[in-house]
Amino acid sequence: MRHIFTIGGRQFRSYFNGPVAYIVICIVMLALGFFFWKTFFLFGLASAREMFRWLGLILVFALPALTMGLLAEEKRTGTIELLITMPVTEAQVILGKFLGVLGLYAVLLLLTIPYPISVSTLGNLDWGPVFGGYLGLVLQGSAVLAIGLMASSWTSNQLIALFVALTLSVFFWVLDKFLALLPTNAASALEWLSFDYHFQSMSRGVIDLRDVLFFVSVTVFALSAAFRALESRRWS
Amino acid sequence: MSDVMIDARELTKHYGSVTALKNATFHVNRGEVVGFLGPNGAGKTTTMKILTCFIAPSGGTARVAGADIFDDPIAVRQAIGYLPESTPLYTEMLVLEYLEFVGRMRGLSGSNLQARLRAVVGETSLGEVIGKSIGELSKGFRQRVGLAQALIHEPPVLILDEPMSGLDPNQASEIRELIRQIGRERTVILSTHNLAEVQVTCGRVLIISQGQLVADDTPSELAARAGKPRFLATLQQNGHTESDIRKAFAVIGGAQSVRQQAGASAGEMVVEVVPKGNQDLRADIFRAAVSANLVLLGLEQRGENLEDVFRQLTTGDPVASS
Repeated sequence: MRHIFTIGGRQFRSYFNGPVAYIVICIVMLALGFFFWKTFFLFGLASAREMFRWLGLILVFALPALTMGLLAEEKRTGTIELLITMPVTEAQVILGKFLGVLGLYAVLLLLTIPYPISVSTLGNLDWGPVFGGYLGLVLQGSAVLAIGLMASSWTSNQLIALFVALTLSVFFWVLDKFLALLPTNAASALEWLSFDYHFQSMSRGVIDLRDVLFFVSVTVFALSAAFRALESRRWS
Repeated sequence: MSDVMIDARELTKHYGSVTALKNATFHVNRGEVVGFLGPNGAGKTTTMKILTCFIAPSGGTARVAGADIFDDPIAVRQAIGYLPESTPLYTEMLVLEYLEFVGRMRGLSGSNLQARLRAVVGETSLGEVIGKSIGELSKGFRQRVGLAQALIHEPPVLILDEPMSGLDPNQASEIRELIRQIGRERTVILSTHNLAEVQVTCGRVLIISQGQLVADDTPSELAARAGKPRFLATLQQNGHTESDIRKAFAVIGGAQSVRQQAGASAGEMVVEVVPKGNQDLRADIFRAAVSANLVLLGLEQRGENLEDVFRQLTTGDPVASS
């Protein structure tokens, strides 16, 4: 357990020694500010719904940039060899890396808290959907980050990791957007696989265990795949 | 625990259809510094990666400090300090920060960690760069950081993959000296393709070629296979001729031939003495020179060179190890 925190802590701190984390944070905050305030006063409603709607989408695009280097860069530079030959298991390495990027994601989410707070000063804000929304962001974010880590475990090229992660997470986000074109059975199955479908239901303030389980399952699946990929190096 | 620190049995590794390592069996005892010698792609790095449990062998197994690489890889890794080829480090971290990280990963904490940090920083003379980021360091300093991280948990076994490559001669000799000091208390395996380095640093040499172990011997025994040593004595000229010297050196019983060499500086002469067997004649030459009133300016042993053995072993057919 301590190894996981040591690896995670190192990863978290190393984000602040490089440009990627700052760039991602800046872009996310700028995009959020732009989309949120553009329409906020038109509605004349003290609601943070719009913030979560936009943030959910922006993060699907932004988070893969944080995960692309997690393992790919270590493989490219060879530092993975030193990391793995310390007395740790592959699972600890994967969980540590995941924890590190999750920590940075938490910082990013903390930076958005001024939004609901300032909305609440403008009118009567219902905090239920805000908590639901943040829980949804944490869960959806975990899934996207885990997918990114998985993609990063497949290659030693950060750009490939970025594109694979982007493709997968955007695919899962977009799944429920074309349902009208499909027969009902297929449509409900696709809807159920969609990130946004589960996320939207949480950001309405409804915490449904099925939504939670969906994101947790995706996260666990992606992390296990990353573990497999890291382990397979021994037998190649 | 027995004195065998590394016990490799029939290690074999295939990468697809390529066989990188074939039935490598060897052992290394406590307190030995063993040089792993071979051309590029011979299987040195593969062997080291297997011993550190980074990759698994396709066949065979190994025990390091009593732990099996398949049954207890964590214990194996804990017993080993490892410096991979080309010293991959987190370049964005500060030296101290990095060593602290490695120390924690190795299970150190609190005052224990601080004490070990001080010790390895002292041992590897990193004091002046401790607050710098690793990316700013010269190759020599990076190599020392690599050694420091390998030493931090006082491992009984050190595995160093080409620790001297890419260093200038001064840096290389510092690192060599450091490895020699380390080797007094620990078991060290280092790989290299620099032969001179092995002669200076290692007590035993394993030569590997095309994935097969072709020799396992001490550097001098290996050199003996290459041919007889020769001795070159530089004398003050003082009007002596070659025949004077021959007469003076006739008292050396072990000498087969005494011949003057060309290319000496003015006022000096260089004489080559070839022994009958493999014996060391330097003391005899000195005594002969003194009793004949010759001024001996220099005396060196030549031909004790691994290069020939190396070439012979790694290009020709594999020779059975002795």
